[in-house]
Order: sequence, then structure tokens, then C-alpha cells
Amino acid sequence: MALLNIDDIRIEFPSRRGTLVAVDGVSLALEKGEILGVVGESGAGKSTIGNAVIGLLESPGRLAGGQVRLDGERIDALDDAQKRKVRGRRIGMIFQDPLTSLDPLQTVESQLVETMQAHLRLSPAEARKRAVQLLTQVGIDNPELRVKQYPHQFSGGMRQRVVIALALCCEPEVIIADEPTTALDVSIQAQILDLLRRLCREEQVGMIIITHDMGVIADVTDRVAVLYRGKLVEQGPTAKILGNPDHPYTRSLISAVPRPDIKLKRFPLVTYIEDAREPARTLDISTHWLGRRRDFGASSGGPLLQVRDLSMRFVLKSAFFKRNERALDAVKRVSFDIGEGEVFGLVGESGSGKSTVARLISGLYTPTGGSVSFGAAELTALKGEKQLNPFRRQIQMIFQDPFSSLNPRMRVLDIVAEPIRFHRLCATDAETRQVVADLLDVVGLGGRAAERYPHEFSGGQRQRICIARALATRPRFLICDEPTSALDVSIQAQILNLLKDLQEQLGLTMLFISHDLPVIRQMCDRVGVMRHGELLEVAATEDLFERPQHAYSRHLLGLMPRLQAMSREGLEVEHTERSGT
Amino acid sequence: MNTRIAPFFARAADSDLWHSFKRTPGAVIAAIVTLAIVLGAVFAPVVAPHNPFDLASLNIMDANTPPSWEEGGSPDFLLGTDDQGRDILSAVLYGSRVSLLVGFASVLFSMVLGVSLGLVSGYAGGRLDSFIMRVADVQLSFPAILVALLIDGVARGILPRDMHDELALYVLIFAIGISGWVQYARTVRGSTLVERNKEYVQAARLIGIGPFTILRRHILPNVMGPVLVIATIHLAVAIITEATLSFLGVGVPPTAPSLGTLIRIGNSYLFSGMWWISIFPGIALVALVLSVNLLGDWLRDALNPKLR
Repeated sequence: MALLNIDDIRIEFPSRRGTLVAVDGVSLALEKGEILGVVGESGAGKSTIGNAVIGLLESPGRLAGGQVRLDGERIDALDDAQKRKVRGRRIGMIFQDPLTSLDPLQTVESQLVETMQAHLRLSPAEARKRAVQLLTQVGIDNPELRVKQYPHQFSGGMRQRVVIALALCCEPEVIIADEPTTALDVSIQAQILDLLRRLCREEQVGMIIITHDMGVIADVTDRVAVLYRGKLVEQGPTAKILGNPDHPYTRSLISAVPRPDIKLKRFPLVTYIEDAREPARTLDISTHWLGRRRDFGASSGGPLLQVRDLSMRFVLKSAFFKRNERALDAVKRVSFDIGEGEVFGLVGESGSGKSTVARLISGLYTPTGGSVSFGAAELTALKGEKQLNPFRRQIQMIFQDPFSSLNPRMRVLDIVAEPIRFHRLCATDAETRQVVADLLDVVGLGGRAAERYPHEFSGGQRQRICIARALATRPRFLICDEPTSALDVSIQAQILNLLKDLQEQLGLTMLFISHDLPVIRQMCDRVGVMRHGELLEVAATEDLFERPQHAYSRHLLGLMPRLQAMSREGLEVEHTERSGT
Repeated sequence: MNTRIAPFFARAADSDLWHSFKRTPGAVIAAIVTLAIVLGAVFAPVVAPHNPFDLASLNIMDANTPPSWEEGGSPDFLLGTDDQGRDILSAVLYGSRVSLLVGFASVLFSMVLGVSLGLVSGYAGGRLDSFIMRVADVQLSFPAILVALLIDGVARGILPRDMHDELALYVLIFAIGISGWVQYARTVRGSTLVERNKEYVQAARLIGIGPFTILRRHILPNVMGPVLVIATIHLAVAIITEATLSFLGVGVPPTAPSLGTLIRIGNSYLFSGMWWISIFPGIALVALVLSVNLLGDWLRDALNPKLR
């Protein structure tokens, strides 16, 4: 008998449009001191399982079949009061977002003490003493001082440590961690995962880590269970699943993970995903409207984009006297060039200023210093929309969040046609409609999507619509600001493949921004590394990954999940001519 | 044309809103009552048994007839007559016409003014935003009825007496409209602040689209949800305000009485036993305002994803 047994559970969400089966016939077992990874893409039901185990299924969801047993004792059939005793006392929970899982109005101490008093019946003095011990255990410095502080006085990573302390405080037998590091930066992610692994071994706690991130799985888990659409497709030891998966879904999922170690031409075709529809007809882009772009003006021969000493200062608190003003230097004297047809990557942790650079180049923000030159024109010297308009057409941007980057009240046709109509790129409305249908074909959606509204599409499909809109001006320069970080890996692989195809066919120049190093390696020719608004190092991609110069670059690369177990079989490796130059 | 309307009805019949409507008996009853009063008012010349404003048909001998079921009542005058022999039922139907007209028109006026100012305020930010919002704050520190009274009073002061009666309706609409824009402006400003930072607005800016087109095409449709809720609730408030002003004698002239005017006329007879003159317009007013309010409440809950 394992520590935690989940036997053949079925979870349903009845609604007036029929019953949705979120989890169907899943069985898992967890041993003491073991870390079990539950991996799957969004909608696979992995979080639902976690919630069902601790009895926190959201209404109208219900456990329609199967059992959950903790130490041989059924816990799914308990009444609410008994469930509350199990929850927290015997099963601890770590949620994704450390910002919202702590009460902002209470000190860390009182939250820890309250939980311990409720479950362990400790005296207040004992509970306080233990709170300090716990903070020491999860690696927080100055615990005596920190324990009296409020959650907002902790950084994101520190807050997640507090959440872990909270999950540990009643010495639970099982901890369920739902995407514990997704909201954190890579360097903090590595620390938190180390901590979880150490605690698991020391305390002999069984842990279920629910995640979509293969890197996390490879890093900490002993065994993995792969979920697809509510069903368990495969489970086994981590090395076996990553290196030699049996099920075709697992294979396609793993092949979609961007590899940190080698650069591939394309992600191998991911077959298991239903919206990976090939375009209904192939367009000869060079003779099509898309390829027939207007004359952009004579190429100056030099780099297409020149950024010189670009600086941006945000005033956080304005004041009458300059010295009382509080400001943040988001970008500090950044300079780089991007050549025609090149894909330039910017990488850095959150807050490093990479998105601000993108917004400065695109013209959404006006820089406080420095210049941006595009072709022969200096964009930062242009005044007013009239002068900027010709460049608006040439520079387009793809945003991070596909759910907020499309106007929910407009049909896809009108969204994609908007730039065409605004710049009068087509003579007639019939031609506009035809071009929109072609564009939707190019991005793999099919022309029939035009009549529908954005909410009818999934995240990956929406990102395709965004790409179609960006292409509708026939741009020369495309800025991609974390275009895939809100997407599942298999969808990410499709979108990245699509971007590569388009970049080659249309000869686009791209600025590609990401916090994800493996993605950068797959996409970019040259990379710049940013930290705290400064550009630390610019190098050809392969040079950076093989021979990083700056200490911070080395540090970042060291944090990359290794995924050594992944098989290399049948992969087409790209040998770039640029590398090594 | 048909090809676009048919899917619209199919979508509407399948929408969550219609579903929630069907399952809320209060909303259904309120909608029926509102619809009945609105239809009665719109078709008053057809459905009303008499025309209370046709002086030729009035007979002073019919004055102060009680409702037909009371002693001395006449089947000609179902709800009785007032001191000048006007049929109360007809007067109520014609009166709701005025009340609804003033209500809808002033809500529309408030809405256009408030939504425009809110959009500009939220999108432009900076000094313009501060200015508009401070004006709103100042206005909020007065009760709405006081603002409406003030405007009506000023209009009476500057307009000549004979012109005033003609323009009274418009003055009233303006006065009630002005007194209500702040709520719209504040709500819309808040939503605009959220929407303007969304990436679809930035994408539109990158295309080169100007601020007014962005406001109209992108932001306006996305901030209208809460506005509709406020408008429905405000409609009830506007009708009550109109009735209050008319009751106080500063509203519409007595020659085209609204429900408020009717109640005022009846008020002086209330203690001489002729209760029907003000009670029936009062019931009509309460029924109308209550049902509009219930509809507004339902709409607010139905559109609030947190309460689903």
C-alpha cells in the first residue's frame, strides 16, 4: 500500500451544455519521500486531480467515481469538517501564484501560527518558535526579523518560500505543488526546486508536482505521469519517459520541448495536436500580395535597425522638485544593430527591460534618451503620426498574451483587415477579404475563421490570428515579445515553426524577445543578454550558448534545465554558418 | 439582411444572458410589467378610452367621479376622473408617455455625455483626466435632485415665461441628464484605464490608428457592458427625479401632465376622500420604477462573471 493512492477517479463538470469529463479513469500511487510529476498541457485535468485529492473541487465539479486513499484510509468520502482536518494537517498545498496565496493583511508569523494552532494545538509560544525554525528551514535569512513582516515585504521567490513553509508547518505526509515555479524567474525556480527536493528527502514527504514544464519534471521528479485530455497516457520513471517514451502523445510532447543543447532546423512535426492543421492550399508567397511589397526605399547597405544609447526612465512618483522624484531606469544606454533578414534575440529575467526595448523600438513608448534608426531614417527624431505612419507599416509586433491582444468584440475578418483598410493597401473590399482569407491560410487557420469571433479560438489559434494581423501590413521588421510564453509546449512548437517559415519566406527581420533560453537558441541568429536594463553581452547564438563571455550569461545558462535524458534520435540539427564567426 | 439577423437571434436565444433571464422569475415579471407600461404609453392615443387633453371632450359634470367599482362610479371612467373631468386611466397612460420620454431622453443624454468624458478622461490621462474627475467630484458632492433643481431654476430665470412652457420638457431632460453623467464617466474611465493597456489597443496603435478611432472602434464596445447596467438603473432614477420635480411644480407644465404632475394634482384632494386621483398615477409610477430597477439588478448580476 502506497502513501497516497488515487484509484480510477473520474471528475465531472456538469453544465447546461452537457457534462464535461475533466478526468477519466486516472490511477496514481505515491510513495513516501517520492516526487511524482504530473505533466500535461492546459485542459489536461492535472490541476483538477490535485484539487480533487484535497477536496477543493470547485463547484459544479464533482468526483463521479473512484477513490482517493491516504495511508489506506479513504479521504474522498469524508464530510467537510473531516476534510478540513486532512487538508493542511496531512496534505499540504503549494499554489502557483505566491502573490495571491498569502493573506496580505497578516504577518507571516500570524499566518504560520494560526495554521499550526488550528491543526497541531501548539501553544502560541511554541508555534512562534516553530515558525522561525520553518523559515530557517526554507532558507530565509534573518528569520527572527522576517517572521514579523508582511507578505508584500518579500520578493516573489521569498514569498514562495513562505508558502512552502506554510505547507510544511503541520508536518504533512503529502504535499501537492501546483505549478510551484511557473510564476518565478529561472534563477529563483532553480532554488525553489532544490528546496522542494531537499525537504522531500529530509522529511520523507511524498510530493506531487503538477506542471506543464518538462524542465521542472526533468529536474526534480522521480516518476512522471503524463495526462492528455483527462486520461493517463503513460507513467513511469522520469528518465525512461523523457528518454524513451512509449505513447505517441508523450513522444510528440517531448519533441516539442525546445532543446537547450542543440539547434534544430524545425521542431519535428507534432502530430498529436488537433489544431495543427496544415494550410488548405499552399500559397506561392513570392507572387502573392504578401510578397509584392512596396518599395521600402533603397537599402542603405548597413544594418536595418540601429539602436544607440537607448534609455528609458519611468517616473514612479512625480514631484515638484526633481530631487524628490522617484524614477526607475528601465533601460540604460542600450546599443545594438540588427541586420536585414536577421533574427536578433533579447533574453533576460523579468524586469530586465527587454519588453521596454521592444516598446521603444515600436514607438509605443518615447525614449528619454538615445536614438533608434530604421533604414536611413531616425525614428526617434520623427514627430507626429504623419511622419511615423510609413514606418508603422514596416514595423509590427506580436504580443505575449493572445487573450488580450485581440479585440473580443470584432470579427477575425475585421481584426486582420484593420491594418489593410487603414493603410489602404488593397483597392477593393473584395480584394481585402481575399487577402485576409489568404493570410489566415498562411498562418494555418483556414479562411473560414474570418467570420468568427476571437473567443471561439484557443490560445494557439489566437496567436496565429495575431501573426496574421501583424503580417497584414506587409512588414519588414517584426517584433515578437514573448510570443509563446502563454502557450503550451506543443502549440509553442507550432507557432515557432510558423514564425521560422514566415521569416524565411518573407525575408523578415525579427527582434525576438524571450526569457526562455532554449527557445532563443532555436529561433535566433544573434542574442543580447539583458539584466536590470543593461545589455551585458551580444554574441552569435551558438557562441553564447557554447562560450558565454559575461559572468551573468554563464549564470543564466547554468540554470537552464539540462534535459539530458531526452533522446536525440531522428532530429535534424541545424548547422548554422554564422556560428563561430 | 436576413442572413445577418437570423444568426443574431439564434445567438441571442443560445446566450447565457437569455438563459439567465428565463431562470429569473423576478426579471421576467419585471420585463412584462415594463413592456406593458411602455406599450400602453406608446400607443396611448389608440388604447386610452378618452383623450384627456382634448378640451372639447371634457365635461366638468364628470369631475371627481370615483373608480367604476366604487359607489357613484361610472363604467365610462374605469379609474375615475379628476377635478376637471379627465379620465384617470387615460391621464395615466398619457402621463407615462411624458415620464418615459423624459426618462429615456435624459438617460441617453447622460450616457452620451458621461461615456464620452469617461473615455477621454481614461485614455488621455494627465491634466485633462484630473480636471474632468475633479468636476465630477464637485458635482457628486451635491445631491442629483439639487443639481436638476438648480438648472431648472436658472432656465426659468433666463427664459421668458411663454417660451419656458414650450421648452420645459427639454430643460427638464437637460437638467436630469446633466445631474447623472458622473456615474457613467467614472465607470467608463475605470474600464478604459484597464482596456487601454491591453495588447489589442497597443496593436491598433502600432498600426497607426488615431486615438479617436481607437476609442470608438476598440475601447467603446468593450466598456459598454457596465454602462448598460447603469443606464437601466439610472432610467428608474431619472423617472423618479422627473416625477419629483413635477410634483414640486418645477417640471413639465400642467397642460401635458406627467405621472408626477398627476400625483401633485391629486395630492390636494387626498384628504377630501378623492384618493384615486393621486393613488393610480402613484401605483403606475411605482410599478414602472420597481420593474425597471429589478431589470437593472438582474442585468447587473447576469453580466457579473463573479456571481455566476
